[in-house]
Amino acid sequence: MTDDLRARAPETAAPAPRGGDAPSAVLPAEEAGHAEILARSQWQLFRRKFLRHKAAMVSIVVLTAIVLAAIFAEQVAPYGFNEINVLDRGIRPTVENQHFFGTDRLGRDYFSRVVFGMRTSLLVGGLVALLSTAVGTVIGAIAGFYRGWVDAILMRMTDLVLILPGLAVLLVAAALLGGGDPIKVGFILAGLIWVQLARIVRGTFLSLREKEYIEAARASGAGDLRIMFRHMLPNSMGPIIVNATLVVATAILIEATLSFLGFGVQPPRPALGALINDGRSAMTTDWWLVVMPGLTLVAICLCVNFIGDGLRDALDPTQQETV
Amino acid sequence: MATYALRRVLVSIPVVLASTFLVFFFVSLTGDPLADLRAAPNISQAQLDFVRESRGLDQPTAVQYVRWLQSIPGDGFGTYLRNDNRIWPDLQRVLGNTLQLVIAAEILSIIVAITLGVVSAKRQYSFFDYSTTTFSFFGFSMPVFWFALILQIIFVNIFLATDVRIFYTANLSAPNPGTGLAFWVDRFRHLALPIMTLMVISVATYSRYMRASMLEVIHSDYVRTARAKGLREGTVTVKHAMRNALIPVVTITALSFGTVLGGAIVTETVFGLDGMGLYFIRYLGQRDPYPIMAWLLVTAVAVVIANLVADLLYGFLDPRIRYD
Repeated sequence: MTDDLRARAPETAAPAPRGGDAPSAVLPAEEAGHAEILARSQWQLFRRKFLRHKAAMVSIVVLTAIVLAAIFAEQVAPYGFNEINVLDRGIRPTVENQHFFGTDRLGRDYFSRVVFGMRTSLLVGGLVALLSTAVGTVIGAIAGFYRGWVDAILMRMTDLVLILPGLAVLLVAAALLGGGDPIKVGFILAGLIWVQLARIVRGTFLSLREKEYIEAARASGAGDLRIMFRHMLPNSMGPIIVNATLVVATAILIEATLSFLGFGVQPPRPALGALINDGRSAMTTDWWLVVMPGLTLVAICLCVNFIGDGLRDALDPTQQETV
Repeated sequence: MATYALRRVLVSIPVVLASTFLVFFFVSLTGDPLADLRAAPNISQAQLDFVRESRGLDQPTAVQYVRWLQSIPGDGFGTYLRNDNRIWPDLQRVLGNTLQLVIAAEILSIIVAITLGVVSAKRQYSFFDYSTTTFSFFGFSMPVFWFALILQIIFVNIFLATDVRIFYTANLSAPNPGTGLAFWVDRFRHLALPIMTLMVISVATYSRYMRASMLEVIHSDYVRTARAKGLREGTVTVKHAMRNALIPVVTITALSFGTVLGGAIVTETVFGLDGMGLYFIRYLGQRDPYPIMAWLLVTAVAVVIANLVADLLYGFLDPRIRYD
C-alpha cells in the first residue's frame, strides 16, 4: 500500500525536498510558493487531520486515563491485588465499598486486580512496540538499502514466519523459555513481531532508494548512513509510526491469550488473561469475573487501534482505506 | 499452470523443512524432554537411560532431526514420549475435526464479509458503513478467547432460564450422537458457537478488504461504461464490479489460513473440541516434543497448500496474471 503511495506521489506534485511524504497538492495555494514553511505546514496538515479524527481524539483521552491508572495502580486501586475481603465475597459490580468490577468467591476486588493487570498489559504492549520497531527499522533499512545477504536472510525469515501460525510458535517459545514475568514475555513476542515491521521498512526503503533526491544527496557527497537515517528514514516515518501503534494492540491481545492459556505471565503476577482464566470456573453465575477484565482489554485495544487509524489517515492522505 | 504448481511445491519443501528444523533445534536447545519424567517419583535411572537411548536423545541435534524425519514415512511420526500410542492416528482424527470447524467458519465468513463489504462500499459513509467499520474495530480489538467465553455465558444462561438448549457450549458431539442426519444436526449444534467465535475476526478482516477493493473498482471506467450502456444497477454491482473486487479478497482468505488455525487453538481450548488446537495445547502442556513437531509439520504443509491454492486462484480469477 505504501509503495503505491510513493509511486503515485510524483504525479500529483513535485516531491517535497525533505520531511513528510504527503503530496503537496492539498496545500493551501498561498503557502505553496514558500519552500521554507513547507515542512511546518505539512506538520500542520497532519495535526489538523489528526485532531479532526474524533474516534482517535476520544481514544487518546481514554487511553491516557488508562495509562495513568496503570502507572499509579497503587494509588488508584482501592484494594491490593491479592487482598481478600472476607465480608465481600462474590459481589456483583457496585459502587458500594468501591467494588466497581465486583469481587470473586474469595473476596478479592476485581477492579483492583484489573488495574494491576492493565499495568502488565501496557508494559508488554509498549515493550514489544519499542523493541520490534527498533530492530525492525534497522534491519529493514539495511535490507532495503543494501539488498544482499541481509535482505536474503530477512526474506527467508519472512517465509518461515508465514508458514507457521504465529500463535503456535509463540506458545512453543513461551512454553520452552518459560513465560513468567512481563519483560520476558515482551521479549518473546518482539522476537517474532519485528519481522513484520522489517518487511514494511524494507518495502519503503526499496522504493525510496530509487528517488531523485537520494541521487542528489549521494551526488553532493552524503555517506550511506547519512542517506539512510537523515534522508530516507524521515520519509518512511509514516508507516513505521502507524505500525508501531498497531503492534501495541496486537501484542496486548497475544499476551492476554498466552496468559489465558497458562503460558504467558504467570501468577502471582497480575495479567488480564490470567484473570479471565481465573474467573472461568464461576463465570455462568459470576459473569463479571470474565466480562470486566475482557472489557478492559477491548477498551485498551480499541483505543490503540483508533489512534493508529487516525495516524494513518493523517499521515497518508492518498490512502482511503482503514483496515 | 501445472509446471508452476509443481515448481511452487518443490520450492516450498525446503522452507517447510527449514522451519521444522529450526523449531526442532530450538526445542532441543531449550527443553529437556525428560525433565518431567525425571521428576516422577517412581522412575529409576535405568528407565531414564532406556528412554534416552531408544529415543536417540544422546545423539547430536542434527542426527536426532534426521532420525525424526526418517520416522515420518514408515512410522507416521512415531509414538508419544510417555507411552507407546501412535501419533499419526490421533493427528488424523483431530485434523478432520478441525477442518470441519475451520472450513465451515471460513465459508460463512467469506459470504458474510463479501456482503458487508459490498454494501458498505455501495453506501460509503452511510450509517451501515459506519456500523460495519465499528464492528470491524471491535473484532480486531477483542480477544478471541474472551468472545468465546461470553458466548458460553450467554447460552448457558439461556438454557438455565428457559430450559431450551439451542447450541451446546462444549464438546464435539453428544455422548450418543446418532447416525446420518441426526449426527450432523448434533454436530452443528455443537460447532455453532465455535464457528461464530472464529468468524468474528475473519469477518472483521475480510470485510475491510472487500470494502476497500470494492471502492477501488466501483469508481473505475469500465463500471461507469457498464452503467452508461443502461445495465441495471444490480447487474453492474454483481457482475461487473464485485467479480473484480473479489480477486484480492480470495488471496487474503487463503493467505490467512495460518492465522485461522492459530484462532482454532484458542477456540478449541475454550469449547473443549477434540481438534488440532486442543491437541497442540495438551501436548505443549506435557512438554512432549514429538506430537508438537508432528503438529507443526502438518500445519506448515496445510498453510503451504492454502498459499498455493491462493496463487492458483489468483491466476484463474485474473487472466492478466500468467504462470509459465
